[in-house]
Amino acid sequence: MLDTGIFTQSFMIHAWIGGTIVAILSAFIGFFVVIRGSSFAAHTLPQAGFAGGAGAVLLNINPLYGLAAFAVGGALLIGYLGNKERNDVITALTLVTTLGTGALFLGLTNKYATGAYALLFGQIVGISSDQVVETAVLGVVCLLCLAFLYRPLLLASVSREIAEARGVPVRLLEICFLVIVGLAASIIVPVVGALLCFSLLIAPNAASVCLTNSPGKAMALSLLLSLVNIWISIVLAYISGWPIGFFVSMTGALLYACARAVHYIRVKNIRLKAVNIQC
Amino acid sequence: MIYFLNLLFAPGFFQNTQVLNALLLGGVVAAISGVVGVFVVIRGQSFVGHAIADFGGAGAAIAVLMGINTLWGFLGFGVLSAAGVELMGNRAREHDLATGIVLSVALGVESLFLYLDTHFTGQAGAPMMILFGSIFLIKPSTLSIVVALTAATTAIIITIYRPLLLCSIDPDLALTRGVPVRIVKLLFILLLSFVVAEGSFIIGALLSTALLIGPAASATRITHKMGLAMLYSAVLGMSAMWIGIVLAYDSFLWPPVRRGWPVSFFVCALILLFYLLTRLRDKLPRSGIMMSGGGT
Amino acid sequence: MISPVKVKKGDAILSIDNIRVQFNQRYILKDVNVQVFPGEFIGLIGPNGAGKSTLFKVILGLLSPTQGSVRVLGRTAKRGDRLIGYVPQKLFLDPNIPLRARDLVALGLDGHRWGIPLPRKERKKRVDDMLKAVDAYRFADSPVGQLSGGEQQRLLIAQALLTDPQLLLLDEPLSNLDIKSAYEVVNLVSRIGREKGIAVILVAHDMNPLLSVMDRVLYLAEGKAVMGKVEDIFRNDVLSGLYGYPVEVLHVNGRIMVVGGKNSGINGYPLECNCCQSEAAT
Repeated sequence: MLDTGIFTQSFMIHAWIGGTIVAILSAFIGFFVVIRGSSFAAHTLPQAGFAGGAGAVLLNINPLYGLAAFAVGGALLIGYLGNKERNDVITALTLVTTLGTGALFLGLTNKYATGAYALLFGQIVGISSDQVVETAVLGVVCLLCLAFLYRPLLLASVSREIAEARGVPVRLLEICFLVIVGLAASIIVPVVGALLCFSLLIAPNAASVCLTNSPGKAMALSLLLSLVNIWISIVLAYISGWPIGFFVSMTGALLYACARAVHYIRVKNIRLKAVNIQC
Repeated sequence: MIYFLNLLFAPGFFQNTQVLNALLLGGVVAAISGVVGVFVVIRGQSFVGHAIADFGGAGAAIAVLMGINTLWGFLGFGVLSAAGVELMGNRAREHDLATGIVLSVALGVESLFLYLDTHFTGQAGAPMMILFGSIFLIKPSTLSIVVALTAATTAIIITIYRPLLLCSIDPDLALTRGVPVRIVKLLFILLLSFVVAEGSFIIGALLSTALLIGPAASATRITHKMGLAMLYSAVLGMSAMWIGIVLAYDSFLWPPVRRGWPVSFFVCALILLFYLLTRLRDKLPRSGIMMSGGGT
Repeated sequence: MISPVKVKKGDAILSIDNIRVQFNQRYILKDVNVQVFPGEFIGLIGPNGAGKSTLFKVILGLLSPTQGSVRVLGRTAKRGDRLIGYVPQKLFLDPNIPLRARDLVALGLDGHRWGIPLPRKERKKRVDDMLKAVDAYRFADSPVGQLSGGEQQRLLIAQALLTDPQLLLLDEPLSNLDIKSAYEVVNLVSRIGREKGIAVILVAHDMNPLLSVMDRVLYLAEGKAVMGKVEDIFRNDVLSGLYGYPVEVLHVNGRIMVVGGKNSGINGYPLECNCCQSEAAT
């Protein structure tokens, strides 16, 4: 069942490295997605990326370029249009159209069978050594950018008005953040798939928010949970041959459920220790 | 004239039984989706439709593994999830993290079973069919099931039309008037799951939301009268569907030749187009009163 | 540490000269003149839509007046001036945000700077001191989302004070508070203002909680402003001139209420705040 191949086979090494980078990135980006309530972006950008990736496959170029182009393009569009109209219909139709465009590109290629599936649900064998390098580079770039934006972004997420009063360029900041999410999506999608990218971004952060109040601790906890999530998923995907996206979503949901349970128990024991965490 | 028709409809269009089945099925489903969709839009339950579609997809993937028609999978899981949503009541908020995670689980399960489908049943096309629809591959037996289902849905809608309308617009008033609000809500969710299942079957689990709410949202922008909105919505839905089918058929002649572009893409694109056109109407200056785009 | 800017005695901290702010053919502010001196407590009063938020935006450098000048400590108003502390009306927070009271206040210290904050003892001490100064130390580790309006308001004030401002702007801090919390906030701000020599402009609908601490009032209505001591401003003739129609100033039980006068078409209707309607009946 578990042979050394899990660590020695080249595609597995790629999976470990790629998966770890992606998990680290998701933890931090997901933190801001959760506190900003950007769930629309977290859904749309990976799916826009999917359409781009499918298009790239059709044109026989590196899918990463297509993924990044469409995801970043989508980010700029959402950023430009802003939150002016929280129009449920437009958001739903936009989401669907991105998928429909992806369907079009997939329908036109000959290698649709694995291509579609991998882009939508992720594939453990999907990462080549070139891709690992690309993933690492983009991952580091995104993390550095996010670290640079950390303080003003946190301030703007907590109170837009205070940020503006302090001279923080809030609009520009928001667009930059969305672009970072888009770039991150373009490297997360090949690993866990466009449809489940959301789960990796959100579940570890949703869990950590239940367990702690401090932003620093929440991010550290998310990082830990995110790594646990991806590592368990890689192992299980290797053993069973089942898609890694399945394990990521299940593990994420399980971690979240556990966090809620712990929170519930803590609240019940409130006479022992005043616990004041909102979940 | 014949030349013009040939330009629009690629040769063999009207003789192809699959195409004719698609036209019939697509038209019927689009019409009922449009009608029910109007209620979905005014009740603000678009997200519920999306959730039902996601769960339905998982069900369909399981159905393929079990060797039964995907429609039953869509229906079975769709109805179950609809009941689940209704039971949760207001506790499941749309933008809630927990809701998102639950849907991820549905998608995760779907991903697993789609994988198992391709590897254990040899149906390599199962993922594409379930996710993006299979309107040209419908068996005549399924056709009759869908028509029967639609007929049942229509009958129920006609029966509960007025109480449903009242519940949707003013639930408190409905309660005071003695309308059995709980039952009406349950019935509506049941109808919604029927319609979503049919839509998923035709244009795929991922895209069925467009068929459900797109034409309805466009229609409610054009008129405020309920009856007219349902009519426009059905017409818009059917138009998008039929034009989409025609284009998909014609596209066999477009590059890359002999492949054909997917119907669901055209249908979604057209639905979005119609919706954007109705929004454009608002941006045009009207005589006397300038509508400024920005607020204060 | 931020070195305080020296202000010559007698110099105005804030000087607004004849500004006009126009938007789409409409004047939001018209010929407004304001002078605020160090340590003063100014109440900015007026009905909805009078232009109070716009005035703040102009002071903060977020909006340029169509005409006229705004000078803060002799310099033209610019964005992100650290000598101005801004306290927003309230926090619109997702209850999911993992943010403690001390984290919110700490953002006031350096939230506008790029990068990640390094946990330094000195930083923690400054935040702790400020929390104690606004009497918020006891809930320093509680999540902000679970605090009451009054408690949150104190944190918002704390974060604004961390950059040692010389001018503090408070945008309707009392609107969402019960009357007891409102008085607490007013007294807190007044005390700190006096201790540190900070000029305060506090926007309110209802000026009554401010009566005991205000040095002068800046009354804004219909885009125009008058400024002066309470007894000079809250007079029928002055306010009627401002509004452009008959206005009556009522003194009820030691409180002041501005209502529509006879022949104004809104006879007896309170002008500044709709929530005071019940008081009009008593």
